[in-house]
Amino acid sequence: MGWRKFLPALAFLSAAGLAPAAAEEIGDATRGATHFQTQCSTCHQIGEGAVDRIGPRLNGIFGRRAGSLAGFPYSRSMARMGSDGLTWTLETLDVYIANPRSLVSGTRMTYPGLPDAQARADLLAFLRDWSDRPQNIPEAEPTARRTDHALDPAILAIRGDPDYGAYLSSECQTCHQRDGSDRGIPSITGWPVEDFVVAMYAYRQKLRPHPVMQMMAGRLSDDEIAALAAYFATLD
Amino acid sequence: MTLNRRHFIGTGLATSALLAAPAVLGQARARVVVIGGGAGGATAARYIARDSEGAIDVTLVEANPIYTTCFFSNLYLGGFREFESLQHGYDSLAAAGVTVINDMAVDAAARSVTLAGGQVLPYDRLVLSPGIDFSEGSVPGWSVEAHAQIMPHAYKAGPQTQLLKAQVQAMPQGGVFAMVAPPNPYRCPPGPYERVSMVAHLLKQTNPTAKILVLDPKEKFSKQALFEEGWGRHYDGMIDWIGPEFGGGAVEVRPDTMEVVIEGEAQRVDVCNVIPGQVAGRIAAAAGVTDGSGWAPVHPDSMKSRIDANIWVLGDSSAQGDMPKSAFSANSQAKVAAMAIRGELTGAKVFPARYSNTCWSLIAPDDGVKVGAAYEPTPEKIASVDSFISATGEDAALRKATYEESLGWYAGITADIFG
Repeated sequence: MGWRKFLPALAFLSAAGLAPAAAEEIGDATRGATHFQTQCSTCHQIGEGAVDRIGPRLNGIFGRRAGSLAGFPYSRSMARMGSDGLTWTLETLDVYIANPRSLVSGTRMTYPGLPDAQARADLLAFLRDWSDRPQNIPEAEPTARRTDHALDPAILAIRGDPDYGAYLSSECQTCHQRDGSDRGIPSITGWPVEDFVVAMYAYRQKLRPHPVMQMMAGRLSDDEIAALAAYFATLD
Repeated sequence: MTLNRRHFIGTGLATSALLAAPAVLGQARARVVVIGGGAGGATAARYIARDSEGAIDVTLVEANPIYTTCFFSNLYLGGFREFESLQHGYDSLAAAGVTVINDMAVDAAARSVTLAGGQVLPYDRLVLSPGIDFSEGSVPGWSVEAHAQIMPHAYKAGPQTQLLKAQVQAMPQGGVFAMVAPPNPYRCPPGPYERVSMVAHLLKQTNPTAKILVLDPKEKFSKQALFEEGWGRHYDGMIDWIGPEFGGGAVEVRPDTMEVVIEGEAQRVDVCNVIPGQVAGRIAAAAGVTDGSGWAPVHPDSMKSRIDANIWVLGDSSAQGDMPKSAFSANSQAKVAAMAIRGELTGAKVFPARYSNTCWSLIAPDDGVKVGAAYEPTPEKIASVDSFISATGEDAALRKATYEESLGWYAGITADIFG
C-alpha cells in the first residue's frame, strides 16, 4: 500500500516533467495465492492441470459467463444468472466473493464471504494471472484499475494547458486526420470549442454510442477535455 | 512481484530526478537514431523532429526506400485493395527534418550503431523499432531461408504477400489451403484469422469447392466468436479450424512434397502459409536489450529499455505487458517515447503516459469488426484498464460502418506515421 501514497506526489511531479503516474494494479498476487490456499482450495483448483472438484476450476474465470463450464453441475440459481448475462469480471467477482448470495441467491457455494477489500483485491490479482492475457487476446478482461484522473490534483494544475492538449491530441490523430478528411472517420478540425467539449462529455457519459470514442473520452478528466479544447483552439 | 514494484518506484523516482536536468543541453544538437521505419519508428522520428523544432538531430534507418504496411495487407490478399495502396515513402519525413538512410543496422554499441554498409552513426538516444523476426525451428521442417519461397509466411509485408496471393489464385479447383497459425505472442492477434477470411472470400468467387485448413497451437484466439460466426455465415463448410486438442499444435511441414503432417498423418496441400513463432527483430538482440523470452523488456511509463537507459524499444519487439503487437500499439507507444526522449534531451514537458489500441478486421465485404482497449502504465507493466469488442449478431449497417471506419483509420494512421 505504501507506494500508492506517492501517487498524488508522483502525478504532480509528472506535470513538471518527472516521473509519470501509474494505473492501480488489482492487488498483490503473491498474497492472493496465500488467500487462495486458505479460503478457496478446499473446493476449487486453479493453475496447470486444474480440474473441477466440489467447485469448478477457476482457470480462465475472467470474462467467462457464469455457470458456463460444460459438464459442471451448477445450481439452478447459478445457471439462471448465467443465462441472464452475468459474466465474471473484476467487479462482479469482487461482489460475489464479498458475499456470494448478493449475486446468486441459491448458489451452492457455501462460502460466507470475504469482507476484507484488500484481501479480495489480492485474491483477484492472483486469479487474474490464470485467465487470458490481453496481449494475446485483446478483448480479454482488463488487468488493472484505471487511474482516476478526476481526483488527481496534479491535473488541476495543468488546466487548459495547450502543450498537454497537444500531447493528448496525438492519440486522436491516430484516426482523425489533420487535413480534415472525413472518409469513414469524421473530421475534428475547425470545430467550435463548445461543440467539442459537449461531444466529449456525451461520449464520456456513454450518451453517444461509439465504443472507441466512449473508451477514449471515458478516461479524459474535465481538465483534460479543457486542455484538448485549448489546444484545438490554437489550430486554424 | 511486490518487491520489484516497490523497488522500481523507489529507483524510478531517484532516476527521474537526476534526469530532470536536460542531459545534453549545451552540447551541439543532441542525436537520436531510429532503427526501423514502420509504425513505431517513423512515428517516433517524425514526432521528435517536429516537436523539438530543430533542437534534436534525428536519423531514421530503414532498409526499404518504400515501406509496405503489414497492416491492411490481408485486404490486398482478399482483393479489396491494390498492393500500391499499402506502400509509403519517406519524403514527408525528410521534409520534416529527419535524415533518412536506407540501410540495415547490424550492430549497436553503447553510443553508436553500425550499418550493413559500414557507416557508423553516433547517438545520444537510440530508438529500436525493428518489428518481428521468426524463431528458428518453430515449425519443424520449415526455415525462412530455405522454404519461404515455397511455403510463404507473408507476415512481413512485401513480395511475400504477393507470392501468397499468387499461390492462392493458382490453386486447382477443390484444392486445399493450409495455414500453420503462430503461438502466442505474435504480431497482430486477429491477423491470421482475418487472412483466413480474405482467402475464403477469394476462393468463394473462383474456386468454391476449395478447402481451408487452419492448424493452430492455441486453444483460443482473438475475436474467435466473431470470426466463427462470420465463417459460418459467409463461407459455410469451407474452413476447418484444428486446435491443439486435435493435433493442430504439433504440426510438421514437408515443403518438398507440399505436405503437412498432423498427428503423424501426412496430408497433401496446394498452398501452405506458415506463420512461425516470433521474436524481436534481430537488431534488438544485437543491441543486447532482449531477455530470455526473445523480446525486449521496457519501462511501462516511457518505453525505455529496462536493460540500457539510452535505448528505447517500440512496437512488436518490446515486452511491455498487455498491449497486443499491432501498428496501432506501436504508433501509440512511439508518441509516449518521443515525449520522454525530448524530455531527457531538451527538458521538454513530460506528461503521464497513456496508450490505446484498436484492431479492425474484415470478415467479408462490408462485414467489419473491431476490438480495442485503453492501457496505462503500472510499475510492473502496461496494463489494460478498459476494453470493448464488436458483438455477434450486429446488423449489416453497423458492420459496414465499422469497415468504412477502418478505411478512415488506415488513412489517418499512415498520415500520422509517414507525414
